Amino acid sequence: MERVPILKIGDILLVSIQLDMSDQTAVQLQEALAERIVDTGCHGVIIDITALDIVDSFVGRMLSTIASISKVLDAETVVVGMRPAVAITLVELGLSLNGIRTALNVERGMELIAAAHADELDYQLDDDPDAETARP
Amino acid sequence: MGIDLGQPQAQSVRSDEDVVRVRQLVRAVAVASKLSLVDQTKLVTAASELARNTLVYGGGGSVEVTVVDNGRRKGVQIVFADSGPGIADLDLAMTDGYTSGGGLGLGLSGSRRLVDEFQIETSPETGTRITVTKWSR
Amino acid sequence: MALSTEESGRLVALLSGQDERVTTRWTEIVTSSLRGRLSQAELRRQVQDLHRAIVATGDRGTIDLSADNAAELRAALSELSRGRARQGFSATETTISIFALKDVLAELVQETGGPNALHDYVAFSKLVDEMGLFTFESFVRTRESLIADQAEQLLELSTPVVKLWEGVVAVPLVGTLDSARAQVVMERLLQTLVDTSSPYAIIDITGVPAVDTQVAQHILKTVVAARLMGADCIISGIRPQIAQTIVALGIEFGDIATKASLADALRHVLRLNGVETARRQPRRDA
Repeated sequence: MERVPILKIGDILLVSIQLDMSDQTAVQLQEALAERIVDTGCHGVIIDITALDIVDSFVGRMLSTIASISKVLDAETVVVGMRPAVAITLVELGLSLNGIRTALNVERGMELIAAAHADELDYQLDDDPDAETARP
Repeated sequence: MGIDLGQPQAQSVRSDEDVVRVRQLVRAVAVASKLSLVDQTKLVTAASELARNTLVYGGGGSVEVTVVDNGRRKGVQIVFADSGPGIADLDLAMTDGYTSGGGLGLGLSGSRRLVDEFQIETSPETGTRITVTKWSR
Repeated sequence: MALSTEESGRLVALLSGQDERVTTRWTEIVTSSLRGRLSQAELRRQVQDLHRAIVATGDRGTIDLSADNAAELRAALSELSRGRARQGFSATETTISIFALKDVLAELVQETGGPNALHDYVAFSKLVDEMGLFTFESFVRTRESLIADQAEQLLELSTPVVKLWEGVVAVPLVGTLDSARAQVVMERLLQTLVDTSSPYAIIDITGVPAVDTQVAQHILKTVVAARLMGADCIISGIRPQIAQTIVALGIEFGDIATKASLADALRHVLRLNGVETARRQPRRDA
């Protein structure tokens, strides 16, 4: 069975789906990714689907599940590179991909994760009274 | 991939990999019959949903892809046939969000919205036979 | 409807025996019907082409418009009607050029006389009618394809997607939106988002006179599809009547941002991007 490679870039795991996945491959990816998040302690996951010419309900569900699982493991998931025809088809199919953050490309996805991470850091600093007084 | 468009193309559906093969076959025929990119995507997505239904609920079956012509437009017709237990309550099965198998419940209702024509025949004796057609715009 | 071998022979004899006279008379009749919109020389050339094609067909066997040997004749007729359709002549003005042959034949048959005169004229007439109908058909086909081409050009022209700012694209929609056009707009907008890597799109409907349920659905679907791709849409330029229709039709715009004007929409996007504050601050400091 073919496997989808998972790359670690800094604090982000990048999954670039390059093949027409069978359902089994999709399930395998879902499991492998959860393991890698825990192993690496990454806070962001980018799933690049630029190469996918269709997303059906099975793959849609896999994306949702990955997003939920990584949320539990304290990682933000961003799905990037969805093609216009795929998006139009998903809308018609009635699949809304609830709870999944999306971005146009990998670069924008990384910005999104960085911004989410920065928000979190800000929030922690605001909580800390010492940090507050330390500011000019 | 050499495809003779005059002939119906058949693909059996026995495994996960066969569903992938159905997608590839449908895409090749849709491209060759000059459907627009969005229409190709819609048809392949519908085929993926229905082929998976054939595998999961029908216990496997076969898919046949044919190029059709109604005199004004060309189109692609796909027949999904299985000899499974059939669908007990068709109206319920066609409802958005209804599922008996743990999916999202969009397979039948969703794929109907993705094609131009959708016919379904089902009975416990003969199984389920779904015919869908997408016409070029 | 085909001429018999004898009839074909007599027609060819009639036409080729006095070809100069036939074409001259034919041209005269056509010229008067077109009231000088085509030059005499041009018409004469067209008529000569047809004349030659009919005679050539007859030389190759019986004259039957649908037979193989009439391919040249059919081509001549199609070429005539294509040309006329492109030049903006009416269907009547085009087919009359063929029917004019009847008048010429009537005169010739009358002069020649003979026992077969009436019978021949009826048969020739039928052939000319058939040629006329064939011309009419290809005239209509040419016009239809012209109209289709123009509709497509119009569609291309009427749906520009423009880049307003770094990361912001806009589609100013003008005119009635039908389903086909809405679909083209939708696809084009989404593709532009990808091509320009723009996370914001403004759909401006100031120029849209009316919105029905279907059009509203298309706009909504575009917005949802854009979100799936990771971009946000803002709808601007909703006129009072359209707002009323939207509410009356019970269409939910949900949490989609709507702004009164394109300018408001752009300001909104820029503020989201922090562009405006960044531009104002230095001025305040100064």
